[in-house]
This record gives sequence, C-alpha cells and structure tokens, in this order.
Amino acid sequence: MAMIEIDGLAKTFGPVAAVRGVTLNVDKGEVLGFLGPNGAGKSTTMKMVTGFLVPSAGSARICGHDVQSDPLPAQTLLGYLPEGAPAYGDMTARGFLYFCAETRGLKGAAAKAAIEAAVAKTELGRVLEQPIETLSKGFKRRVGLAQAILHDPPVLIMDEPTDGLDPNQKHTVRELIREMAPTKAIIVSTHILEEVAAICTRAVIIDRGRVVADGKIDGGVIHFATKNADGSAGEVIADARDLDGVFRALTHTPVAA
Amino acid sequence: MFKGTLAVFRRELAAYFATPLATVFIVIFLFAMGAFTFYLGGFYDSGQANLGIFFSFHPWLYLFLIPAIAMRLWAEERKSGTIELLLTLPIPLSAAVIGKFLAAWVFAGIALTLTFPMWMTVNFLGNPDNGVILASYLGSWLMAGGYLAIGSAVSAGTSNQVIAFVVSVVISFLFTIAGAPLVIDALSSILPLELLNTVSSFSFLTHFNAIMAGVIDLRDLVFFGTLTIFFLYVTAVLVDLRKAG
Repeated sequence: MAMIEIDGLAKTFGPVAAVRGVTLNVDKGEVLGFLGPNGAGKSTTMKMVTGFLVPSAGSARICGHDVQSDPLPAQTLLGYLPEGAPAYGDMTARGFLYFCAETRGLKGAAAKAAIEAAVAKTELGRVLEQPIETLSKGFKRRVGLAQAILHDPPVLIMDEPTDGLDPNQKHTVRELIREMAPTKAIIVSTHILEEVAAICTRAVIIDRGRVVADGKIDGGVIHFATKNADGSAGEVIADARDLDGVFRALTHTPVAA
Repeated sequence: MFKGTLAVFRRELAAYFATPLATVFIVIFLFAMGAFTFYLGGFYDSGQANLGIFFSFHPWLYLFLIPAIAMRLWAEERKSGTIELLLTLPIPLSAAVIGKFLAAWVFAGIALTLTFPMWMTVNFLGNPDNGVILASYLGSWLMAGGYLAIGSAVSAGTSNQVIAFVVSVVISFLFTIAGAPLVIDALSSILPLELLNTVSSFSFLTHFNAIMAGVIDLRDLVFFGTLTIFFLYVTAVLVDLRKAG
C-alpha cells in the first residue's frame, strides 16, 4: 500500500478550476518533487492532501486513512510545512514547538526529547528563546520545518521548504530531507529545478491543475511518462540536472487576466 | 479532544499576555469601569452600599470591549496563515473553537476579577449583600461569554479584524437592547405581545438585570449558556465552510 494515495483530486474556486484531477501514489522511501509554474495547483493539491481544504472531487489517503472522513489519524501520521511556513509570531520558537508537540499528544519528557531532536536537525538552538516574529526568514522557515518533523511522521509534505533560504541553509535542508528519505514518504514542492537532482527520487510536473509528467530518477536521468493536452501519452527522457527545457515545453504560466 | 482543547487554550491565553493587548485591555477596562461607576453613575451620591450601579454599566462596556478581545480569535489566524497549521494539526475543530473561546473567556474573567477594589470599597462603606454581589459577578462573566461567542462567530467569518470588531459590536448591540424600553416601546404598536416577549427574551439586559437582582434563575443561566454554545457552533460551521473554499 502506498503511504500517500491521491485519487482524482480536484478543486474549483468559483469559476476557477485550480486542480483538475490529480492522481498520485507515493511509497515509503520516495521523495517526490512536485514541480510546476506558479498557479499550477501545487499548493492547492497539498492543502487538500493535508486536510486543510475540502476537495471538490476525489480523495486523499495517508497510510490508508482518508483525510476527509478520518482526518485525525491521517493528520497524526502527517508532518506538514505549509507555504510560507506560518507560525505564531508572538511565541518563542520553543513555545511554538511545545504547542505543536502538545497537540500531537507529546508532553513532559517525550515533548522535550522530540523538540530537542527536531531543533538539532534544523539547527535552531541559537534562536530557541526568541519570539518567532523577530527571526529572519531562514530561521522562520526552519521553525516550520522543525514543527513538521517534530513527531517523526511517516509522511512529510513540504510546500517550498527551501524558499528564502541562503545556499548554506538550502544545503542543510536538503541534507535533512535526504537523511529522512529512506523511512518516509515525502512530497516536496519547489520551483527550483536543481533541487530535483539533489534530493528527489521522482519528479512530477503539474500544469494548469493536471499532472503532465511523472517519472522516477535513475542515475541522474528521469524517464517521464507524459500526458499531452489532447490526452495522448508520451515519453520524455531528461537529465535530472537540466530540467529547464522539459519544464518549459510542458508547462504554461497563467497570465493574470 | 481534551488534550487539543487544553493545548489551544494555553497557547491562546499566553498570546494575550505575550502582547501589550492584555495590559492595554485590562487598564482600559478597569479605568472605564471606575469612571462610569463613580462619575456617570454617581456611586457616592447614590448613598447605597451595593454594586448595582457598577454592574449596570457592564453590558454597555462589554458591548465595545469584548469584541476587541474576540475580533482576533479567527481573523488573525486567517490573515497570518497560521489557520492552515492549526487545522492540519491532529486536533478536532471543536477543540480549537472551544480552546480559543475558553482562553478569551478566562482572560475576560481575569479583567473582571481585577475590579475587586470596587467590592472592597462597598464593603468598607457599608454592609452590602455579598451574595447579590457574587451572583452579579457570575452573571456578568456569563454575559461576557455570550458577547465573546458572538465575537468568535463573527471573527470566523472574516480575515479582517476591523470588520470583525464592527460587526460584532452591531450584533452585540442588538442582543443587548432587545429588551430595552427603546425597542419594546417602538415595537409594541406593531408586534403582538407573544412576539414582543420573544424579542425581549433575547435581551442580555433583561437576563442580566434579573441576575443582578440577586435571583439566580435557571432560565437566565440557560439563556446565556445556550446562546454561547449556539454561537460557538456557528463559529465551527463558518470555519468549516471556509475549508470548502
């Protein structure tokens, strides 16, 4: 059984179809890079998989638990870094992580141990007692990451985890993801195509709410199964380190009306 | 559900005190209470050793001050995006709604408790009926819960705190004055008596005045309790509706 099962997920906001039927399965050990231009539906898909948005159609399951009909077990098994890493600015990083631990049923020594481990992995030690609103963008992002991995979840969903980080911080986060990869099913959305070769075992390209390419990375080469606009299937072989051409050929950035 | 409620409650209550909001609110609350009681209410001139004048201003102060506490409850989460985090943590929505409400209610209770010098003053000056005073304090706190629940529901419907404040004040005002002579006299010529009684029975003033008289009637408690639960339910529905986009 795949740990993340996404089945025909769709979302319309009024007249706008943001996501139009996304189907994906992610297994343990996979790091799925979720690629697509701005407005393609990456974040909306993730918001539905994590139970924040109710899908217009389709379903999502985390380790077999339907996110809509059985949300609490699904969310217990899930670590989620929302877009922009929102956190309560008035709390200290430690207070915030303690709150997250508490809602996940960890308290006392167990909460302390979980926080320590997450803080060590995300290198937050220096800023632990500072209010989150006073932290730099990079540290804020890492507080969000620490929150997501706090309970060592089997499923991790991260919306642009390296956005706003400097090259050193990006490297640390990528190392962290690589390290966690074997025991988890991970979805990472990103605009940064080089990230795919650095951390992912699989890449999925989404365009205008649909999956247009899906391929496993093998020795730096991706064998994409593609779906064209007319519904016909195709195949593209790309170098994982040089996805620019494939990305541009398959996707369209929506022009604001 | 309990662990979630407790975690949210603690976080929210700490949030009031982590910002200047708590200090500003409590200072203004106490100052306004005193000013109204002694100047507008003519507490000394009344020559009565009771806190009736003090309590009679509570509905009117709550009308503006409680929406100021309640407006941030959900609107702020939506604005800052933390609602996405809160609603993807493994806690039921009811735990978040109740935890937030309880924190705001306890905070209002702390502010109310800090008016205790009024109670000391009146005990120093005479021999008031302390049972009536205690009942009035409890009634006032219950009423604050009602105003808060209204504010919570309104806050859940918007990401704009100013809108949340203004709309809460208006709805709270309607509930406050439903039984006042202003409304009853105006409606008495057009509404049949039964309907008039129904309108008047939704009035915070009517129920609070009954409690202030020192008679704790189950009906008044049930009124504030039911109203609070109803508006918390509306809060949950509104938060849930937004999830459906």
